[in-house]
Amino acid sequence: MSVAVPSITPEVIEQHGLTSAEYQTILDQLGREPTIAELGVYSVMWSEHCSYKHSRRHLATLPTSGDRVLHGPGENAGVIDLGNQLACVFKIESHNHPSAVEPHQGAATGVGGILRDIFAMGARPIALLDAIRFGPPDKARNEWIIRGVVNGIADYGNCVGVPTVGGEFCIDDAYSDNCLVNVMCVGVARHDELMTARAEKAGDLLVYYGGSTGRDGVHGATFASMELTDESADNRSSVQVGDPFMEKLILESTLELIEHNLLVALQDMGAAGLTCSSTEMADKAGLGVDLDLDAVPQRARNLSAYELLLSESQERMLAVISPDKLEQVRAVLKKWDLNAHVVGATTNTGRLVVRHHREVEVDVPLDSICSSIPAPAPVASAPPTSHTRHFTSVTIADKEWQAALLDALASPHFASKRWIYEQYDHDVQTNTVVGPGAGVAVLRLRQTPNRFLAVTCDGNGIWVALDPYEGTRALVTEAARNLIAAGAVPLAVTNNLNFGNPRDGEIAWQFAESVRGLADACRALDTPVTGGNVSFYNESPRMAVFPTPVIGMVGVIEDRAHITPASLQHEGDALYLVGPRATHAGASKILRDRVGELVGPAISLDMDAEQASHALVRDVIRAGLIASATDISEGGLLIALAEMSLCSPKNLGIEISLPGDEDTTPSLLSEEPSRFILACPIEHEEALCEHAHRAGVRCVRLGAAERNDFHITGLIDLNLAQLREPWERGQ
Amino acid sequence: MTHATFAVVVFPGSNCDRDCVHALRDELQQRVVEVWHRDAIPANVDCIVIPGGFSYGDALRAGALAALSPVMGSVKRFADAGAPIIGICNGFQALLEAKLLPGALLRNRSLRFRCKRVHVRIETTACAFTSSGLSIHDSLSLPIAHGFGAYHLPKDQLAHLESSGQIVLRYCDSTSAVTDGANPNGSVNNIAGVMNAQGNMLGLMPHPERASSELLGGADGLKLFRAAIQSVSNTPFANAPADGAPA
Repeated sequence: MSVAVPSITPEVIEQHGLTSAEYQTILDQLGREPTIAELGVYSVMWSEHCSYKHSRRHLATLPTSGDRVLHGPGENAGVIDLGNQLACVFKIESHNHPSAVEPHQGAATGVGGILRDIFAMGARPIALLDAIRFGPPDKARNEWIIRGVVNGIADYGNCVGVPTVGGEFCIDDAYSDNCLVNVMCVGVARHDELMTARAEKAGDLLVYYGGSTGRDGVHGATFASMELTDESADNRSSVQVGDPFMEKLILESTLELIEHNLLVALQDMGAAGLTCSSTEMADKAGLGVDLDLDAVPQRARNLSAYELLLSESQERMLAVISPDKLEQVRAVLKKWDLNAHVVGATTNTGRLVVRHHREVEVDVPLDSICSSIPAPAPVASAPPTSHTRHFTSVTIADKEWQAALLDALASPHFASKRWIYEQYDHDVQTNTVVGPGAGVAVLRLRQTPNRFLAVTCDGNGIWVALDPYEGTRALVTEAARNLIAAGAVPLAVTNNLNFGNPRDGEIAWQFAESVRGLADACRALDTPVTGGNVSFYNESPRMAVFPTPVIGMVGVIEDRAHITPASLQHEGDALYLVGPRATHAGASKILRDRVGELVGPAISLDMDAEQASHALVRDVIRAGLIASATDISEGGLLIALAEMSLCSPKNLGIEISLPGDEDTTPSLLSEEPSRFILACPIEHEEALCEHAHRAGVRCVRLGAAERNDFHITGLIDLNLAQLREPWERGQ
Repeated sequence: MTHATFAVVVFPGSNCDRDCVHALRDELQQRVVEVWHRDAIPANVDCIVIPGGFSYGDALRAGALAALSPVMGSVKRFADAGAPIIGICNGFQALLEAKLLPGALLRNRSLRFRCKRVHVRIETTACAFTSSGLSIHDSLSLPIAHGFGAYHLPKDQLAHLESSGQIVLRYCDSTSAVTDGANPNGSVNNIAGVMNAQGNMLGLMPHPERASSELLGGADGLKLFRAAIQSVSNTPFANAPADGAPA
């Protein structure tokens, strides 16, 4: 049958997200007009999603190396050394636009994609975390998106059998038109099992296995690089559909192929599908690729070369293998009821040559699509003149605090997330020592006794909106504080940068400042960035989302005795506030929700004070002086104390007075960094205070853990049942 | 410590198989063989575990295709010979679909997947998995993780099952009281686990292999496996039906 080939008009070029300057570069590189399939290839490979063209200049400034880093950015996921020949493979990735259009499948396929990034590296995925942000659920559309996303994550992760052990759930009107769905996965491998996505030599085979190819997701990568509009719902054909059972089959078969040492290189066919996976593996080795599209298994009729190259059908893997391993590869795949499809080979031509129905449809230099991507003209960055300097200041009167606390606990943002995490299988694989509901997830490493992995992910759009540099620095330290409070040593970072349109001057400024903060903080804390994801165009005609970097951080706990819960454990334990005095309640989420706008000033970080607090908390936990520990972050001291009580397995609350040297509103709501609350058994109080004195860190006794009461002198007098009722109301 | 050889059946889509192997091999020091769904249970096996997960992606119904898979023929022969067999979660669903146990599992009454820790109460010690180390009305703390766990049986059959003493576990609260509030999924009569008439086959929704270490919040699940090991060493069940060996 003959298919009408669309001619390349300016409209077609624009629909492919290419500028006229970029199109001119294509003409110059080819010396002729591209075929429609070639235009498609350039369009996806030069999209922000694949090329990082607007961000790579900034990302190049991030610290990416360190003693423990085995693979930094550039692979499917980052890899760090855990000792004992064990490696941790981890990455975070966004699926914001697909989730906004089709929440269930958008989120489910987000989980699928990040799992493949991890097992493509040879690691068994052992945990998932989700950082998800939505508009208020009292709007029906938001409610539909929230339920769909939670359900999609549950359906996919539960079926594949990877526990969802933690994450974040944020409600703010800033995410009403454009939700954020960031999924992080952590895997573990022995060093000798690690795989890369780099081909080695010409003449090796490209073997496709997994799901077949359909029209779903054609141009997903380009779609992810555009703003959402009211017509975006019409882009449903760009949203892929997930099959977690197929994912489980390719997960197990992949690990078996790697165990038998049958693969040279491996990549999943994610964004930009067959095109991106085949060309990236070859380009890294300076090779070329021949593809024969007739060998691609197809589930739709009359797929064109264009569609076969760009399809983002899910659960597909592309392996580079030596020809003499083909029969063994076939045998392993057959056990899992999968076929090995030889769809091409590596060549030494340095070109991508694609044949379909015996016609050459694509013949382009590989480096022109993979490496020599024209950098867009830098956008003149425009620091805002208004809202970082001018801000509202709000205080809460003494008699209003009790109601303010109960209101906050009833809000979907601060209310119990049990209704969400009970839908996630968080126990499968039987490694979950501390699961969802705490700030940090703790997983045992069966391969090395008495060594544990601690994982957290943290974002805060308010902090970053008020000051992208300081806010992002504070965020990195907040992730580190979470790990330190749990008894872990922070090791490395993955990041998901969710921003608006990078061609907008103010957003370009936000992005540059945020990355500068990320780089500075990661350098100071010695937590290198091993990978991540950039998601731009998170905006609607109404507005852009808050600039929202999400930090995924992994750490290691070196002794079971160091694992420290956040919740109150013993009646009578003394409660200490550790860290600098609270000076203001700017950037408070509670104030933002009360007045409906950003409340300043921005928070700022004193890295010396931060590191002094880290060292103190780490030392007193190791000395065995602490029964529970948590850091103070979103919601301030007030929410930290409420959560320590509400999660207490022994129904313990608090009986405290606020420090005399702080005003009440900052004292209870400040989200300034470097601060922790420690619960200390009375026999260790003296030792704790000595440690703090020696370290020069402020350490103030607030009161004690008390059965069943939640009492703050002069402000709040509740019992735990009264505290719990609004918190659990939405279940 | 007595020893038994366990077979853990692996279907495509099983995802608790490795956890069962770990609990039996590393926590209880038992011999374990993993048996692929196309194979038969080896002759030297004493006890069989049908693990949880999403066998065949829950195509048609949970457990429906697993019930038809080649390995199930030999599972049935071992069952007839009296070997202790436990079907956990999706494995329970497979045993019901294979008609080796009575009843069906419906969608949770909340219409949601639920993963949490629950209490269950021992209702009989006539089962291979409760016959030693446990007493009637002892309670165990075990995790559940399922979307289709509401046990159901028509009234007359339910009456028969109750009177024949085939209810092994019921959901209860922390004081061992069987209440509606303690029922996590809407199971009829709070039933969490049932056995066959001979008492050698147990199907249950909670995951005993997940309650296998104090580090994970408790090790109550191991009690069920220990009882099975004990029962095998007390009364070896003529070990291996003649046609049980792989072809």
